[in-house]
Amino acid sequence: MSDLAPKALIPVPRGPVPEAPPPRKRAMMELKIDGQTVSVPEGSTILDAAKKLGIDTPTLCFLDTLTPVNVCRVCVVELEGSRTLVPACSRKAEPGMSIKTDSERVRLSRRLVLEFLASSVDVSTAPQFPGYLKRYAADPERFGAKTETVKQPVKVDNDLYVRDYSKCILCYKCVEACGVDAQNTFAIAVAGRGFAAHISTEFDTPLTDSACVYCGNCIGVCPTGALMFKSEYEMRQAGTWDESRQTQADTICPYCGVGCDLTVHQQDGKIVKITSPLDHSVTHGNLCIKGRFGYRFVEVEAKPKK
Amino acid sequence: MILLWGSNARETHPIFFHHLLRGLHNGAKLYAIDPRRTSSAQWADAWLGLDVGTDIALANAMGREIIAAGLEHKWFIEHSTSGFEEYKKHVQKYTLERAERETGVPGEVIRQTAHAYAKAGRAELCWTLGITEHHNAVDNVVSLINLALLTGHVGRYASGVNPLRGQNNVQGGGDMGAIPDRFPGFQHVENDEIRAKYEAAYGRKLDPKKGLNLSDMFEAMEHGTMTCLYVLGENPVDSEADRNRAKRLMGGLEFMVVQDLFYTETAALADVVLPAAAGWCETEGTVTSSERRVQRVRAAVPPPPGVRDDIEIVYDLARRMGHNWGTPKAECIWDEMRQLSPMHGGMSYKRLEELGGIQWPCYDESHPGEIFLHGRLWADPLIGPRAPFSCVEQEGPVDTVDKEYPIRLTTGRRLDSYNTNVQSGRFASPLRREETLDISPEDGTKYGVREGEKVRVSSRRGSVIAPIRFDPGLRPGLAFLTGHFHDQVATNDLTIDAVDPKSGTSEFKATAIRIDKYSAN
Amino acid sequence: MDIHFTADQPSVEEKAAVDQELGSPETSWDGGRRDVQSDGRVSFGGHDAGSHRHKLLPTLHAVQARIGWISPGAINYISLRLGLPPAEVYGVASFYHLFSLAERPPVVAHVCEDIACMTRGSEEICSKLESTLGPAGKACMVGKAAWLRSPCLGLCERAPAAMVSTSGKSPRERVLAPATAEGVEQLLRDGVDGRLPVEPDELSVKASVPQAASPNLVLLRRVGKASGTSLDEYRKTSGYEALRKAIEMGAEAVVREVIDSKLLGRGGAAFPTGKKWEALMNQRKQGRPHYVICNADESEPGTFKDRVVMEGDPFAVLEGMTIAAVATGAQKGYIYLRGEYPFAAERLTHAIHAARKAGLLGEDILGRGLRFDIELRRGAGAYICGEETALFNSIEGYRGEPRNKPPFPTVAGLFRQPTSVNNVETLVNVPEIIRMGGAAYAKIGAGNSAGYRLWCVCGHVARPGVYETPFGGTLRELIQMAGGVAGNGRLQAVLLGGAAGAFVAPKELDVPLTFEGTRAIGATLGSGVVMLFDDSVDLRKILLRIAQFFRDETCGQCVPCRVGVVRQQETLERLVARKPLGTAGTEVRMLREMGQAMRDASICGLGQTASSALESALNRWSLFS
Repeated sequence: MSDLAPKALIPVPRGPVPEAPPPRKRAMMELKIDGQTVSVPEGSTILDAAKKLGIDTPTLCFLDTLTPVNVCRVCVVELEGSRTLVPACSRKAEPGMSIKTDSERVRLSRRLVLEFLASSVDVSTAPQFPGYLKRYAADPERFGAKTETVKQPVKVDNDLYVRDYSKCILCYKCVEACGVDAQNTFAIAVAGRGFAAHISTEFDTPLTDSACVYCGNCIGVCPTGALMFKSEYEMRQAGTWDESRQTQADTICPYCGVGCDLTVHQQDGKIVKITSPLDHSVTHGNLCIKGRFGYRFVEVEAKPKK
Repeated sequence: MILLWGSNARETHPIFFHHLLRGLHNGAKLYAIDPRRTSSAQWADAWLGLDVGTDIALANAMGREIIAAGLEHKWFIEHSTSGFEEYKKHVQKYTLERAERETGVPGEVIRQTAHAYAKAGRAELCWTLGITEHHNAVDNVVSLINLALLTGHVGRYASGVNPLRGQNNVQGGGDMGAIPDRFPGFQHVENDEIRAKYEAAYGRKLDPKKGLNLSDMFEAMEHGTMTCLYVLGENPVDSEADRNRAKRLMGGLEFMVVQDLFYTETAALADVVLPAAAGWCETEGTVTSSERRVQRVRAAVPPPPGVRDDIEIVYDLARRMGHNWGTPKAECIWDEMRQLSPMHGGMSYKRLEELGGIQWPCYDESHPGEIFLHGRLWADPLIGPRAPFSCVEQEGPVDTVDKEYPIRLTTGRRLDSYNTNVQSGRFASPLRREETLDISPEDGTKYGVREGEKVRVSSRRGSVIAPIRFDPGLRPGLAFLTGHFHDQVATNDLTIDAVDPKSGTSEFKATAIRIDKYSAN
Repeated sequence: MDIHFTADQPSVEEKAAVDQELGSPETSWDGGRRDVQSDGRVSFGGHDAGSHRHKLLPTLHAVQARIGWISPGAINYISLRLGLPPAEVYGVASFYHLFSLAERPPVVAHVCEDIACMTRGSEEICSKLESTLGPAGKACMVGKAAWLRSPCLGLCERAPAAMVSTSGKSPRERVLAPATAEGVEQLLRDGVDGRLPVEPDELSVKASVPQAASPNLVLLRRVGKASGTSLDEYRKTSGYEALRKAIEMGAEAVVREVIDSKLLGRGGAAFPTGKKWEALMNQRKQGRPHYVICNADESEPGTFKDRVVMEGDPFAVLEGMTIAAVATGAQKGYIYLRGEYPFAAERLTHAIHAARKAGLLGEDILGRGLRFDIELRRGAGAYICGEETALFNSIEGYRGEPRNKPPFPTVAGLFRQPTSVNNVETLVNVPEIIRMGGAAYAKIGAGNSAGYRLWCVCGHVARPGVYETPFGGTLRELIQMAGGVAGNGRLQAVLLGGAAGAFVAPKELDVPLTFEGTRAIGATLGSGVVMLFDDSVDLRKILLRIAQFFRDETCGQCVPCRVGVVRQQETLERLVARKPLGTAGTEVRMLREMGQAMRDASICGLGQTASSALESALNRWSLFS
């Protein structure tokens, strides 16, 4: 062996600080939103551009970590020269675009979308809905009491998840999180068609017979509470779920060496839920069954085994 | 390209595998080398199902093929490595034919894999316990490192060698000096200059000789030179290979303290049990992940009554021994560590907070941390010593398969379970099913056993009863057990404590067993 | 990839059906016999597992045709063979109405209950069948048969219509039009007894093309002639002259002629065909594959012209597509044919084989180095798949859900490659344009509405059928050509352009049937539907049926359409029942608001036009006050 070879006793010297290749340069472009000019890098969406101007655009099916499916249509904006409104979440900004985000047309479509959803889906645990309904003066009651809804029994077929599709707005997020955007398990897909379209395993088989690996990443992205941790569901049923008594702390998963960031939600000194921040570079909001559900061991008081 | 060697990351490192899959969706290729066709291997562009413990034959043959095809990275070898000529000579005998004979994998597929690895613009070589839980673990590892050196797939962005760590802080334990021969920051205890630094900081002389690793300790117990043991957060009674021996030795100690979250099988043998808080959610501190990222853990919930933070316990012990270290505070301990370990120097809590973790080395507070290591090998002129090739020989598992014990048993984890299941056993996983001895359907026919039927599984050390499950991912002569369910099937009654002399790891991955009908069905 | 399967196993028959479609599996990892020597040591292609996904729809068809339904075991086997997650395969299969995912009798009658058939007594047929066979969807004839209500079967000129299909080793399909309850019953019985004819009956051309004998016909001139089945006959009637000429001219010149011809798409969107082709031609240097697709998913209620052309002149469709290939550089073409057109499928399949054999499709067309082939794809009962981006998803093996545009198909269409989608009628105009020259073609017609047009005249009309005229005549002239209102009825309304079109009132009959003319009165030509309603019809019920059609056919992807079409139908139902919430006025205002939101915020044309016919009626008549 050459005498230049490293010796365990001697520390290796410092080298240059390694760098990732620089990201491709993106040209800037200008467009107009609500009369204001804004400059964004190429590849940005209208939503990005509006955000830059501090314009708050409602979204339901959009999430930074998922491929936009632009199906909820609550983010639609009026683009000059376009026959129809366009979805801000997925429509790429182009130089010279002129956009209105709060015109009569925009407000009408957003209001109707919210009314359509709130009249067919139980949005009682969807955190964004009350604000949106108020903002657009939406009145879901006006279609009457005899409207078709997605009401159905709650699915409780395992000890970790509860699926209440009465609360499903069919935003596709769970399918994306279970699919190529994160978990790649494909336990669920959209099945059926039209108003009867729904999220389903094959032949609606229980999760316990399906491909589900209980990562809970679908729950992590669900915007309405249709998918819920059983712990939260049971506390809500018992009336003990109280977010005002809860705090959150970020920590690292106690299992494998990947270093997933866990946001631990506690109430009254007990862990009630575990999530992960969307902007964490390791998890992008995703966890596995152990990280998401494997915390119960801290609850159990150690009892000597016989 | 990603070469996943002896790793079922889909189940053991699920979130890492998300990143890997993103790479595949973006066009990267995955080659999986594993005796079993695991869920990870099912994603691979090519799966190479080698025989257990033939990794060196495969790696050396790949090295030979790369050189024979002129695909080695000549500049890098010349500039940054040493020992290439010896290596080249050494691997000559590892022809594709020999590798096919020893590993069972068709030579043509080995050739393709070697070419794909050598030709890849960027390649990651990742491994897990399939490489390291062998009696020649370090040899296995260096045989893979040879490949990286040969092709220059090291020290560059998205090219490197990457052991995937199995525990959330096994890397951090090393960082903190919980290795027999190292101080915090991987500084060698036998280096006088470094030891002097620590002696100055602590105001006392330190032992200039390295300590014992776990296997050495059991040896010492056997020889009666170790009589007292303080166990923190380990359950060797369940997790050690040949656990009956481990249990016997620990039971024979004069005094044992166990500091743990749980009243484990090991704790049951202890003289004193100190209930400890859960580090990840009941205490403040840091852990270091597999990618050397130091990240903060925080107290989200209070520990149960009577249960205390590890550092509180240690501080209290010190006080009882006559040393008042003051009030325990994780950040103070960390800052002390930063002063003594150059590679952690720049990682203040404040910066860890702001940056969401920092990858070492991070020498000072203006240093961003390093996203990959060994970049110095590409500096021209070279900084520091050359990286050495090592000549290692294929050497099969210690526990040989023969007529009496005709089946090769290997072990691993399941997605929802973890180690001896003391943590993961306490939530209601819908995936959990009882422990089974997984065998190929062909062996089921051969031994006349049905799925679900209980059989006696015996090795040269012990025997257990386990129900049978067929897994087409296994071929005849290959069986699988986890180490999760010792209350159902005590896998480590079977495994051998053949230990790698360099790392102290046991050969969990290769046991010779036999299956016998079990009459109490 | 690591795919999880339920314990359900396929039957021998199901496996055979799948393997016949896909060929035999290569290793045990994709469903074949296990060879431990190789399967125990290597496997390949884990990440590429789903790369044959585009074979999914034909495979589902194969199982449906053989077994009569698609079982959990079959879904598992298809998933294993194609490397797809069973949940996704189920999601795709459950999208299409012609696939049954519950055990169903092998003989099934689909009875049209759509608007054209409504005017011709479909309700009576259905109520008779209910009394003789039992409710729709329920097994009858000792569990061997069932009948179902169906959306438009595209046989409106001979309404009322029905289609009977049988599953088995040699599955059969047969249409019946005009249908009677007794006729449907008889066909079901024939099916149960295994007496349904192997080949579907050739439909009477006379009944479909009343102008058949006229010497002035251009697009329809070969319909009913031997050229429908004989390539030689087709060639004798100037067939493939245009292709030969196009190859000589080269792509640029062909595109120029088509642009000059002012040909606008005949599927409903009226986009300039030449512009589409030019966009593809200009991307040829990028080296990406290009595709041309013939959109034959003719599902707009009241539309049947494409069916008549495909059945009567299939080679013209192929020639038109091949010229499109010359222009665009595409080497692969697809005909996406709606599942309910068994006879058109048969004719096209025959024509494609004949053309391949004669070197008019394949590696070296006409010995001129042109490479182009055509694959026929059958839909499976989903109106939405006529939307071009939904059609891409359908061919690719995904649910037929439309994609957001941009990107447009000419940039990222089928398999995300540049794609030109053209309607059948559009394509059969192309050989005429090449033969006569774009400028000459542009002179035919009126204004920007150049060339010939096919009309689907149906409903209460004396001589329903496909009519061909140059653009420029009025609606009144066309109705007169078809013999006026049938019987003694008085004209109440005309639906132009189909369910997504608009109603016009009798006083508007002098509207010129041009793109510009109809636009001026707030109507559209759409797919060329001209459906007459006499004063015996309750228009409100027609509106309700149209609303029901959209409710049945929305894909369900975007909220405004998925829920909007339901609320629209519910509101209309209340109005028809004279039980409005509040006043009729508030309900009508609500309908208009919903209409605007669907028009503005829906992803695709279905939602955007789901209120068109309704609103056009509200604009013309006070139906609910």
